Amino acid sequence: MEVLKIATAGSVDDGKSTLIGRILYDTKSLTTDKLEAIEKTSKQKGYDYLDFSLATDGLVAEREQGITIDVAHIYFSTAKKSYIIADTPGHVEYTRNMVTGASTSQASIILIDARKGVIEQTNRHFFINNLLRIKDVVVTINKMDLVDYSEDVYNKIKADFSELMSKRDYQDQKITFIPVSALKGDNVVNRSNKMPWYTGQSLLEHLEELDKKDIFNIGTPRFPVQYVIRPKTEEFHDFRGYAGKVYGGELSVGDEVVVLPSQTKSKIKEIYFYNEKFQTASRRSSVTITLENDINVSRGDMIVKDGDLPTIDKQFTANICWMDSTQLTNGGKYIVQHGVNKVLAKVDKIHHKINPDYSGIEENVTGLNVNDIAQVTFKLNKPIFYDQFKNHRTNGSFILIDTQTNSTVGAGFIQ
Amino acid sequence: MSKMKKDTYHINSLENEAIYIMREVAAQFEKPVLLFSGGKDSITLVRLAVKAFYPAKVPFPLMHIDTGHNFPETIEFRDKLVEELGLELIVRHVQDSIDEGKVKEESGKYSSRNSLQTTTLLDAIEEFKFDACIGGARRDEEKARAKERIFSVRDDFGQWDEKNQRPELFDMLNGQIHHGQNVRVFPISNWTELDVWSYIEKENIEIPSIYFAHKRKVFLRDGLIWSHSEFVYQEDDEEVLERMVRFRTVGDMSCTAAVFSEATDIASVVREIRDSTISERGARIDDKRSDAAMEKRKQQGYF
Ligand SMILES: Nc1nc2c(ncn2[C@@H]2O[C@H](COP(=O)(O)OP(=O)(O)O)[C@@H](O)[C@H]2O)c(=O)[nH]1
Ligand SMILES: [Mg+2]
Repeated sequence: MEVLKIATAGSVDDGKSTLIGRILYDTKSLTTDKLEAIEKTSKQKGYDYLDFSLATDGLVAEREQGITIDVAHIYFSTAKKSYIIADTPGHVEYTRNMVTGASTSQASIILIDARKGVIEQTNRHFFINNLLRIKDVVVTINKMDLVDYSEDVYNKIKADFSELMSKRDYQDQKITFIPVSALKGDNVVNRSNKMPWYTGQSLLEHLEELDKKDIFNIGTPRFPVQYVIRPKTEEFHDFRGYAGKVYGGELSVGDEVVVLPSQTKSKIKEIYFYNEKFQTASRRSSVTITLENDINVSRGDMIVKDGDLPTIDKQFTANICWMDSTQLTNGGKYIVQHGVNKVLAKVDKIHHKINPDYSGIEENVTGLNVNDIAQVTFKLNKPIFYDQFKNHRTNGSFILIDTQTNSTVGAGFIQ
Repeated sequence: MSKMKKDTYHINSLENEAIYIMREVAAQFEKPVLLFSGGKDSITLVRLAVKAFYPAKVPFPLMHIDTGHNFPETIEFRDKLVEELGLELIVRHVQDSIDEGKVKEESGKYSSRNSLQTTTLLDAIEEFKFDACIGGARRDEEKARAKERIFSVRDDFGQWDEKNQRPELFDMLNGQIHHGQNVRVFPISNWTELDVWSYIEKENIEIPSIYFAHKRKVFLRDGLIWSHSEFVYQEDDEEVLERMVRFRTVGDMSCTAAVFSEATDIASVVREIRDSTISERGARIDDKRSDAAMEKRKQQGYF
């Protein structure tokens, strides 16, 4: 069975939480006790319908204010797939949470309130989906019940959104439009008979059919060494295994490899997963590799195939999303965590801010505020081994850590 | 040999993620510990830790915060597991915190030592200077837990600042902390109850006998099945019955309710869970106290 991670985006009150609750309800994923709790609270609040958003808004402050403040992860499965949906907050100031939710997702749902149509927030949501190169985007036009299930309304929104699509720079993204009512359940799990003019799939039908091949980004194999395993027992006296996760492609026994940064060449001798040996390590498997030669490898080093090297450099330029209330400034020093590798970095130049609503760029910027997206060049105290984000989602991304507070203050996508 | 089988793709990807997290803990922290309750989730964590570091030994100890109100089966099981795998075990007792006057025993109908564990845990973290505590919490368990990070930073008082959590992007885990802070780590965050059971089945992991249907003296209250035991307060009119039951979660006896069950082996347990219409925490007495019970306990430093 496959796992599909989906991020949701939409403004406050567009119905994200309700939509997720509706999916859970219609796929019979809500257990009786959870359903009873929702019924009870809905009644207490004086609603004459079930407030499905109560299924996901887990914090007290969220239930009091009726809004989502922090990302919640919701799990459910059908016979075909397991799903993890990130319910992300829609407030402008929570853009960082949206980037966070989207960073681990393969597909995303952008909600639009049928009464409001495409608004500035929609531009931002689409921009972030594009920046993070989410392969499958479902534009879900919600609250169709409040516009008499009108085809005209739907077509107008579709046309407005299509205009946005021409501005994006990730053109391979697949975009699908679905008119729904999260509250009433139209076209969410079950197809609706209220919109005979719409002949497409329901939202869940669409998600069920997404093919793993289409939505997962595949690149070349990269093996960042996480941990060196040296048992020093009698049985495994000379064992030196490199533990890590395989990204991008596969590695096999006998592959000619290069260890970075030393650029030492070797060959893969064994691939262990626990006590079993395998011929091939597939993408995203957490294995332990041994090499033919006895060379010095430590955490943060990277094993790659010979002839297929990433860029090795002490500087790079990236689009970053700034997530902290303290400004990022020219000359500022941060820790760049690139996979499991950490290096000290200095802001060399903020080139320009990118308005996330597609209204262009802003030049002569001296500092970045929370939720700003900008193109920045960093200089590093030692080289890292990276790919461009567009070619390698894992090896082309990094996070920024504040050296004083230790907080994660930004996310970046290498160009 | 060669590639992994397709029908186990889902559980394999969860396992790969958890092993990755275990290794990050060992690499990023100086003194990690695995919080071991004796329940199925922590037994699963032990299995994942063993797999992550093979053929080397697990590079951190286990720690059990013992309420003193355990099911005897879980303690026996714990000691055997530790012995067989050659692991190091630390035990700290809630009773000691009570004797030292640090916490007060609750009394009455719903009394439990469950929330008292927090003090004992925080003291133990301080005593050993642990900087990372690996726990078996899952996001699907409870809606406040759905908001939890994989690396969740706690301040000097062990508290969870839920509105100010570090963003977690891609699979990069930021374990940088200040002196005195520590991180709670949840490697099986993305697993559901069914995933855990399927994994136990697939890996053939031994678990305590109370997870399987057995005859037990119980009584009914508030629609839940409570164990008849010296540790559980019982009213005179609450009649003792003998029934075939099984536990879905195992914690302190005073806060763990049973379910009626005929499932005596792992395959039938998995089948029961798959068809179940009640969530796992539906049988947790501590969560029934209020809709926000878990969030409150977490803010105070609970697991
Ligand atoms: N009429 C109608 N109301 C909806 C629909 N979806 C959501 N709502 C209502 O819109 C409000 C906001 O929904 P919520 O799910 O909390 O939005 P979120 O902020 O995007 O998570 C709630 O009062 C919902 O009941 C819909 O399809 N039709
Ligand atoms: Mg919401």
